[in-house]
Amino acid sequence: MWYYEKKLQYPVKVSQCNPMLAKYLIEQYGGADGELSAALRYLNQRYTIPDKVVGLLNDIGTEEFAHLEMIATMVYKLTKDATPEQLEAAGLGAHFVNHDHALFYHNAAGSPWTATYIQAKGDPIADLYEDIAAEEKARATYQWIIDLSDDPFINDSLKFLREREIVHSQRFHEAVEILKEERDRKKIF
Amino acid sequence: MNFTLVKCYTPYISPLDPCKPILKKCYSTPPNLYLNFQPTNLEQYPTAREALFRGTLWPFLYDPYYLKREEA
Repeated sequence: MWYYEKKLQYPVKVSQCNPMLAKYLIEQYGGADGELSAALRYLNQRYTIPDKVVGLLNDIGTEEFAHLEMIATMVYKLTKDATPEQLEAAGLGAHFVNHDHALFYHNAAGSPWTATYIQAKGDPIADLYEDIAAEEKARATYQWIIDLSDDPFINDSLKFLREREIVHSQRFHEAVEILKEERDRKKIF
Repeated sequence: MNFTLVKCYTPYISPLDPCKPILKKCYSTPPNLYLNFQPTNLEQYPTAREALFRGTLWPFLYDPYYLKREEA
């Protein structure tokens, strides 16, 4: 089970109403390498990964939900009081027709989130290598969003999230090293 | 350990390229690529506040990201 802390992992501030930026940010909400995919991928893989790294997947998967919440807050604030005309001008006309101002799990192009974005192969090395790739892809996505965004407050939060991807990638690499070790064998080669 | 967080290269520029060519292209090589297994007692930021601000407890793993268009 989880305990919920009623605050964000890192503060989210938005300097101006900018539905266009929200449209790009939604990639990290319901996109293939977004935070939802990450959280569900790790929390699901953890059951069939060796005991030594279960806790790592548990903790990182949990943190991904905290990131998801930050992205949601950004998207919400960026679009909160935008008029239908402003949303349409930002390319969110179709989104407005289907969802009003509600958030939805889809990517920047509007494709709904799908479980085919994630995998659980049951092979520990295969799963961890997928996780490493996912972290690097999420890092890259944050870079490209920062490149497009001129909102200094949003960029501050996005740089925090990008840094977390780096730390997570580091931990997954270490998990692979743990599983590679010749643990219970006398080392005579 | 000595390493850089960005690597750059100069791509081939064709005389027929329609867009204004970018002469130098750069990509991120974050610090985790160089750490292998994190050693014990790696130096930490002096305050929790700074660690939160950076997004990591360890200065080694901190990678400030600068806009791509500012790098070239």
